[in-house]
Amino acid sequence: MDLTLWTYEGPPHVGAMRIAASMKGVHYVLHAPQGDTYADLLFTMIERRGQRPPVTYTTFQARDLGGDTAELVKRHVREAVERFEPDALLVGESCTAELIQDQPGALACGMGLNLPVVTLELPAYSKKENWGAAETLYQLVRGLLKQQPANPGAHNPTAWKEEQRRPRVNLLGPSLLGFRCRDDVLEVRKLLDRHGIEVAVVMPLDASVADVMRLPDADVNVCLYPEIAESSCSWLERTFGQPFTRTVPIGVGATTDFLAELRALLGMEPPASDEGAQQSRLPWYSESVDSTYLTGKRVFIFGDGTHVLAAARIARRELGFEVVGLGTYSREMARPVRAKAKELGLEALISDDYLAVEAAMAEAAPELVLGTQMERHSAKRLGIPCAVISTPMHVQDVPARYSPQMGWEGANVIFDTWVHPLMMGLEEHLIGMFRHDFEFVDGHQSHLGHLGGLQSGQPEPNAAPAMTAVAGDVSGETTLTWTADGEAELKKIPFFVRGKVRRNTETYAREQGRGQIDSETLYDAKAHFSA
Amino acid sequence: MSANLLKESGPREVFCGLTSIVWLHRRMPDAFFLVVGSRTCAHLIQSAAGVMIFAEPRFGTAILSERDLAGLADAHDELKRVVRDLLARRPEIRTLFLVGSCPSEVIKLDLARASEQLNQEMEGRVRVVNYSGSGIETTFTQGEDGALSALVPMLPTSTERQLLLVGTLADAVEDRLITLFKRLGIDTVRSLPPRQSTDLPPVGPGTKVLLCQPFLSDTTRRLRDRGAEILPAPYPLGAEGSRLWMEAAAQAWDINAAQIRATLDPLMERARLALEPHRQKLAGKRIFLLPESQLELPLARFLQRECGMDLVEVGTPYLNRDLMRSELELLPDGTRVMEGQHVEQQLDRVRDARPDLVVCGMGLANPLEAEGIATKWSIELVFSPIHGIDQAGELAELFSRPLHRHQLLAAGRQC
Repeated sequence: MDLTLWTYEGPPHVGAMRIAASMKGVHYVLHAPQGDTYADLLFTMIERRGQRPPVTYTTFQARDLGGDTAELVKRHVREAVERFEPDALLVGESCTAELIQDQPGALACGMGLNLPVVTLELPAYSKKENWGAAETLYQLVRGLLKQQPANPGAHNPTAWKEEQRRPRVNLLGPSLLGFRCRDDVLEVRKLLDRHGIEVAVVMPLDASVADVMRLPDADVNVCLYPEIAESSCSWLERTFGQPFTRTVPIGVGATTDFLAELRALLGMEPPASDEGAQQSRLPWYSESVDSTYLTGKRVFIFGDGTHVLAAARIARRELGFEVVGLGTYSREMARPVRAKAKELGLEALISDDYLAVEAAMAEAAPELVLGTQMERHSAKRLGIPCAVISTPMHVQDVPARYSPQMGWEGANVIFDTWVHPLMMGLEEHLIGMFRHDFEFVDGHQSHLGHLGGLQSGQPEPNAAPAMTAVAGDVSGETTLTWTADGEAELKKIPFFVRGKVRRNTETYAREQGRGQIDSETLYDAKAHFSA
Repeated sequence: MSANLLKESGPREVFCGLTSIVWLHRRMPDAFFLVVGSRTCAHLIQSAAGVMIFAEPRFGTAILSERDLAGLADAHDELKRVVRDLLARRPEIRTLFLVGSCPSEVIKLDLARASEQLNQEMEGRVRVVNYSGSGIETTFTQGEDGALSALVPMLPTSTERQLLLVGTLADAVEDRLITLFKRLGIDTVRSLPPRQSTDLPPVGPGTKVLLCQPFLSDTTRRLRDRGAEILPAPYPLGAEGSRLWMEAAAQAWDINAAQIRATLDPLMERARLALEPHRQKLAGKRIFLLPESQLELPLARFLQRECGMDLVEVGTPYLNRDLMRSELELLPDGTRVMEGQHVEQQLDRVRDARPDLVVCGMGLANPLEAEGIATKWSIELVFSPIHGIDQAGELAELFSRPLHRHQLLAAGRQC
């Protein structure tokens, strides 16, 4: 039993709903009590969709439990098939139904329905949403394709050359409630089109059952979101011999590598090495003098596996940031995230406890947080700028404008969304120059509102109890006191570095065995750390 | 009672009782609601509670894992461990509600016994109470009924003559109602739930109860068992209903008619003025209420009698004829009142009838809007301060606003 106040992922049957709702002609009969129907609002409110997800809930009640819940399942299956006339039916159960063991999938299969029925077993007490989505996609692909003749050895990903057609790939993984999937698909299509590569099937987003049957016709599979699609891609590889790409094209470097990987699989020439610099503004914006202030900015990254791996690479190699924290809530992606963290000299944080993430964030004292909507809230409490890079979805993460993360345009979007929460270079420069002017005595009114522009008398956000407590706990010593003169000097420092200066000074004071911090201690610490 | 009462069963699209936590934890800031359930329960409350949390919430979930189900871990010991951790972390909690869910009900986790043991262990520092908000037993607002009825046995006994308001009200609305009762001459007015969970009102033979919300069947029964008298009245939604509701108390206190008129007539006149602009937008418009909050009948009565709307269908998750008697009497003859739900058939009827406005749950609103039908979230009516004569204008505005918006956008499409 675990205490949860808030959670990053829903239960696995919500993952199954994401697959069903993404596709056309697929209906999901979910053996579940009425409370579970809340899941509809994830699609109709958060994604602002104009259709209900294609899900029929059996909504069994306590009084049904003594009677025949199996008959209830069959009645709902029958009604759903008659009413919605789907091309394929998913049948599964939610956490409560799992306990009463009706086995709705077996019941539906025994009904002699004239359509493919895919049974889902999603253990609700040990697995979560992304796993449920991946498993559903895999069961659906496997269930629909198992009759097709398979000869994995015979597949030739370069057959397009002899057949005198364009090379053909499937895009696997984009789904509803996935981060910016809709726009990523458009962007990847554009990218592939520029390279003369055709997109055969996109799945699950907008795919029909007929599309699923065409999956084996493609030369190569593109695994866009490994959380969702990797198990399906590897089954397709084992069964039909279709190779798949491992690089996710988020960021200029990764997009370049992705093109190289895909073209190599298809037997094409390597891409031009300067395509990224030609097609995306990120490289030049990053080199431009206004970006000098980005040098070595300390960033803390937390989110789903795919997006944090991409973010770590972009942050370090394309923006010149220093990654001071890296982690994910996706246990399925723990291995690659740990490896990435190790490469950066860090220990990855693998946790689905947002309070642990907040504590790690406070400890790392970054200048920018790249996280989920929850990290946005935590960062706000700590007075640190934040950009959202990952699910779980919030209505704000489904913008009306075109806003991909993948490909060349995705890199542009990422540059803007990450850099805007930081102060722009020229602005920061001016604040540094004029910080002794009376207007700036209490800091600067910025986009962070009251947290940025501290009013006199207000407590300083970076001095929040969490921070001091962490500092105190680490040393195990008594708390340091700041003299009035020390506090006054600290206030003259711009708010966005004040937290860091406070930490450094306290560390220094502790090392020097000074119990009180006055302005001199602060200058001593400054000299010590810049030396 | 000449409404046309019908029943329907099939797939439902209604929140479960756990959702009531979302307003109960705001009413009693010193209480904590611990759902004993699954990841789904945790996800449900966080999704229904608004989008995201801005401060540390006063509700959480003890998520059952495979270990608990396989019996490897004694679920009671596990629960006690989680509660101890929680209380160590949040020492300010005075009342802890252990809330049963579908999974905990199905595996027959005995929360009553767990509460009892924890109460002994806590020695009065924290009071532990349990109730079920499970979706196999309760719908949406019934969760509040469960929470309040669990509190009734803890209420001290008193024979003092008092008016007890039962059901969660917004603080400002409650203050206003108490002022008005005092003006009428009723001095001792208390509330369940109280604003502080430890500040429990007494109950006994001198207690006369006005129900602020219509979904409190179990609580009502238990209060009766403690000797309280329930004053029959419509619910305090709209000017007319609120007046009848207040008059029911005034009559029980033998307050003379002149005093009642002097107190309430000016309020009614003001409400009439406040309602008028909304009445102009709403009169003659057709409304369809899908079942969810149990407020559907009182709302339908208000919208028909005070705003001039036509009722296509009034859905309700379940119908307690006793508690709804005064409301049913005020509905026009032949009003179609549908108890239970078959959501697909109901939506078919909505599409056939093409009403001007549909009151529905959050999952159905955007799909109906996409079909060109204006909607109102029923959950908003549980959160908004809509009770009392003074709030009648605000209540009507909640319904006229979506129509007004549709008009504005339709006009925009013309140019």
